[in-house]
Order: sequence, then structure tokens, then C-alpha cells
Amino acid sequence: MEHQVISLSSISTPKNGVNLEDIMQQKAEHQGCGTQGGSGKASCGSSAGQGDLAPEIWEKVKNHPCYSEEAHHHYARMHVAVAPACNIQCNYCNRKYDCANESRPGVVSEKLTPEQAAKKVLAVASTIPQMTVLGIAGPGDPLANPEKTFKTFELISKTAPDIKLCLSTNGLALPDHVDTIASYNVDHVTITINMVDPDVGAEIYPWIYFRNKRYKGREAARILTERQLQGLEMLTERGILCKVNSVMIPGINDGHLVEVNRAVKSRGAFLHNIMPLISAPEHGTVFGLNGQRGPSAQELKALQDSCEGEMNMMRHCRQCRADAVGLLGEDRSAEFTTEAVMAMDVQYDMETRKSYQALVEQEREATAAARKAEMETLAGGEYSDVKILIAVATKGSGRINEHFGHASEFQIYEASSSGAKFVGHRRVDLYCQGGFGDEEALETVVIRAINDCTAVFVAKIGGCPRGALEAAGIDPVDRFAYEYIEQSVIAYFREYLDLVRNGTVTHGQRGDAQIRQGAYTAA
Amino acid sequence: MTYKIVASQCTGCSACEPECPNQAISEKNGTFIIDPAKCTECIGYFDEPQCVAVCPVDDTCVLDAAYPRYSA
Ligand code: SF4
Ligand code: SF4
Repeated sequence: MEHQVISLSSISTPKNGVNLEDIMQQKAEHQGCGTQGGSGKASCGSSAGQGDLAPEIWEKVKNHPCYSEEAHHHYARMHVAVAPACNIQCNYCNRKYDCANESRPGVVSEKLTPEQAAKKVLAVASTIPQMTVLGIAGPGDPLANPEKTFKTFELISKTAPDIKLCLSTNGLALPDHVDTIASYNVDHVTITINMVDPDVGAEIYPWIYFRNKRYKGREAARILTERQLQGLEMLTERGILCKVNSVMIPGINDGHLVEVNRAVKSRGAFLHNIMPLISAPEHGTVFGLNGQRGPSAQELKALQDSCEGEMNMMRHCRQCRADAVGLLGEDRSAEFTTEAVMAMDVQYDMETRKSYQALVEQEREATAAARKAEMETLAGGEYSDVKILIAVATKGSGRINEHFGHASEFQIYEASSSGAKFVGHRRVDLYCQGGFGDEEALETVVIRAINDCTAVFVAKIGGCPRGALEAAGIDPVDRFAYEYIEQSVIAYFREYLDLVRNGTVTHGQRGDAQIRQGAYTAA
Repeated sequence: MTYKIVASQCTGCSACEPECPNQAISEKNGTFIIDPAKCTECIGYFDEPQCVAVCPVDDTCVLDAAYPRYSA
């Protein structure tokens, strides 16, 4: 297969946007996914596709970098920190820093006024046409700062009506603001729901501040869960998309999250994102200090798998740092400091943005076509139960285009006779900080992070790391350099099955892997 | 007496500011301060002082012994 590099400047733009919508719809249909949810999931292969989502929901989220892994490489989101106050206390949070759920522990975002925030968003959007989503997620709770949050939305929707607005909240104040949210045309709301049982909640939330009173323990958790579920119901009644985030805290809510999954699904949440607890003593959180551990990669995957039959799971969330600006893997936030933004003369150009976005759609079509062609060559037969995990070093565009030593994360694909399925990320962003790897870190960080994988796909790899990987039983593969990921995963899997068939390789389960602590810093 | 904010502990989160029934709280150099002339310890408004109830850092909004207890 030849490398086909699609240059954005060489493609002509489609005459109108209607075509694209049609194509996306057709693509969604012939992927053969039911729209009702259920167990036919594996045949839906990829995170890039519609999965079990209803067409009208897919239409809304397909270009949203937080909801579609593939979109994450073409479209960007940004957050502005206009909401410093919070109305609850979480044991995984250190109030000195940003919310550890939506952001990177230990980071303090620059506080902005709504006017500053609006100008920053417009400045970024006119410089980076990929910027399509604005989120308000903290550092506190956006709905504990309703004036600032809604003022920001108002200013942005006036000048840039094409930017999607999102909001993340703990849900305590949500029922009071649903109508305002609906009036601003906010179509995505994320609620962090870690429990539906006050006894579990009492272990996570020491207190809440509600209706001019501080509540503690079980009572606090009871009020919180009632408000969260009520808010969720009110949003879905009004047709506003609702995602639920849960932090998986082993020994506290890990088993219970299956129940949370059922509760939020029945109330209309369209996605459930289970994230690992990020916890280290240096974060100064209650959980960090009392030694509460986060889950391992296999524990997280097992829980996500057990919830998957119930509804869509979101596996590609990297817990990006909230202040990043730009596409995945490129942080341009340094260009957009408050000082620089205030000095800019911002011209918002909707036409340039539209034509860029049309080109992106063509590139996405090409990736989908390559995947389909490869799928047709795969027949499972007696090996239909065999599954392997493959780690991929990529900078985006759905290709294997990153050097092993430069990767700040690996995408993990599960290969089976039903295709290539994206199942998550493993971050290794502390390895190779000086631009070259040192063997200690390679051993300890990368191999531990991808230890459950059979192979790792890279664009290039040096001799030393190659040897170390082979010694650890992981196959370093550079022959698919610059090819499409999913197509290559399927091709590799087919070869793997041949080796198993002729007895060269014995298929067996690999071990567990570790989740790196700390939010994703490279985006 | 009146409440005061221990500046070294205040994170500047601003949560207390809108909750004060007397608009006694304002920002100064990144942290927040209480105007002792305006604070009524929330007496007549709420059962508990709002700044204390909402503040994420324990023992940051505290009674200031330099002033006598408030009486309505
Ligand atoms: S005690 Fe009440 S009146 Fe005094 S500063 Fe705090 S909130 Fe305001
Ligand atoms: S609530 Fe507490 S930490 Fe936040 S600004 Fe007020 S005094 Fe400071």
C-alpha cells in the first residue's frame, strides 16, 4: 500500500455542505450498527464511527473532539477558566488547583473575566479553524458561577454562532439552570456522577453547599445524587445532549459504577465516560494523602467492558489539561496568553473556517474507505475468539506517524476477527523529555504502560528500545509506517492468526498495564 | 464581632463573595477581604455564616476577636 498523503490545499472543496451530511449518513448506515444500542457492538469496529448512537446524536457529535476519537485529530476544543468557585468538596480535589476531574491536577488556570474569555475564544477560532468547541469546566463549577458562565456564552454566541458550547458540572445547581442552558443553545452538558447511593457518596464528598447551608456526609450525598439525576432528566427532556463522567475509585465506587451506568442510561445520557482516579500524594488531595490508589489499565477496561452492553462508553478521553489550545498533540496556548489576546485585533472569518472543515471531512472519508477495504479480507473462522491489543504511536489523521521515542501516548486498539476497535490510551508523557530516550525510563514507563499489548506500531524506532520491547515480549512494528492505523491493525492481526494457525506463535493472555498518574500534558 | 478572611489560606476562588447577604466581601490583590463595618455574622439572614459555609478551605473565614460580637 502506498502512502497517500492528502494535502489540504490540493483538495477542492465540495460545492455545498449537504453532500457531506449525506455521506456521513450513508457511511453510518453501511457500517451496520444498530441505532438502538445493545450487544452488536463489536461489529461496529471503530471509535471513529457512529457506534450505537442514534443518527441525530451522531450528527451533533461527529465533529466534537471530546466525543469522537477521530474528530479529536481534526478538530480542537478549548476551555476558558471563568468559573473559579465551587459548591461541593470532592476527596479527589485540591481546592488550591483546578478541578482534578476535568483538568490536570496541580495546575492553576489563568482566571479570565467573561469579556477576556470571549476575546480569547474569538482570537483562537480565527487563527485555528479547527477550533469548533468551547467548554467551560472550571476550575470550579460553572453553575456555581452562573453569571460569569452565561455571560461568556452570550458574548461568544453573538459573534461566533458556529462554535459549539459545552458545560461540565457536578450537577448540584443544574436543575436551577436548565432553562438558561437551553436558551443559550448549549447542546452538550457533562455531569460528573460518581455514585447514585448516598452511602457511597459519603466516601467521596465530605460536604456540599446548598441553599445557603452546608450539608455533610450521607445527607450531602443524598441531595447531590437527587439533584444530578433530576438535572439529567430535565436536560434530556429538552433535547440537550448529556454525557456522564465518572471517576473510578477502586474499593469505593468501582463495582457501583455499573449501577450508575444503568441509572444514567435510563435517564437519557448518551455517553458514559469512566475515567481512572488520578491520585498522588503530591496533589495534596484527601485521596492522594490517604493512599487511595487509582485503577490499573485492565481494571479500567474490564469495568468499561462490563458497562458497554448497557450503553456507549467513551474510551478515548485522555483527561487533557483544560488550558490546552489546538489539536491533539500540539499545544498553542503560549500564543494566546491574556496579554497577547488583549492586544490582538480579532477578525472572525466564518467562511475560511467552513472551507477548512469541508476538507477535513474528505480526509475522514478516505480513512473510512481504507478501513472498509481491509475488513473485507478478514475471516475469523476457528479463531473468532482471539483478541490482541496493539499500541500505536500516532500524531493524528488516523495514521501511524509518530516515532517511538517521541510518543507522549499510545493509542490502544483491540484486534479480533470483527475488526479493529479503539479501546483507549496509554500515556507515557514523561518519557523522553529531552528528545531522546533513556533506557531506564523506557523500561519503567513505556513497557509498563503497554505491557498488555502484543505489538507496538511506530513510524520509526531505535535499536535499543527495539531490543527492550522484544525482551518484554512486545513486537515492535515499523513496516506499517505512515499507513492508516485501523487497516494496519487488521493486516497485522491477519498475519498473527496465520502464525497461530501454523504453530509459530502460541496465543496467550498478556499481563496488566499501568495507568500513568497525572493529566495528559502533551495536548 | 465580625468575620475575617485569613489571607494566607484564601485561594481566591470567589465563592464567598456572592453569598454574603451584606455585600461585605470584595477582592483585593487576588484574595478576598471582609469589610468589618458591613459584616453582621449573617445574623438576621441565615443560620450559619455564609462565607464559612461555602469556603473550601477550613478555618479561613474566622471570627475576628478585634471586634465585639455583632448585635442587631
Ligand atoms: S459572616 Fe455573613 S455577613 Fe459576615 S462576611 Fe461572612 S457572609 Fe458576609
Ligand atoms: S471562599 Fe474562602 S478561599 Fe474562596 S475566596 Fe472566599 S475566603 Fe477565599
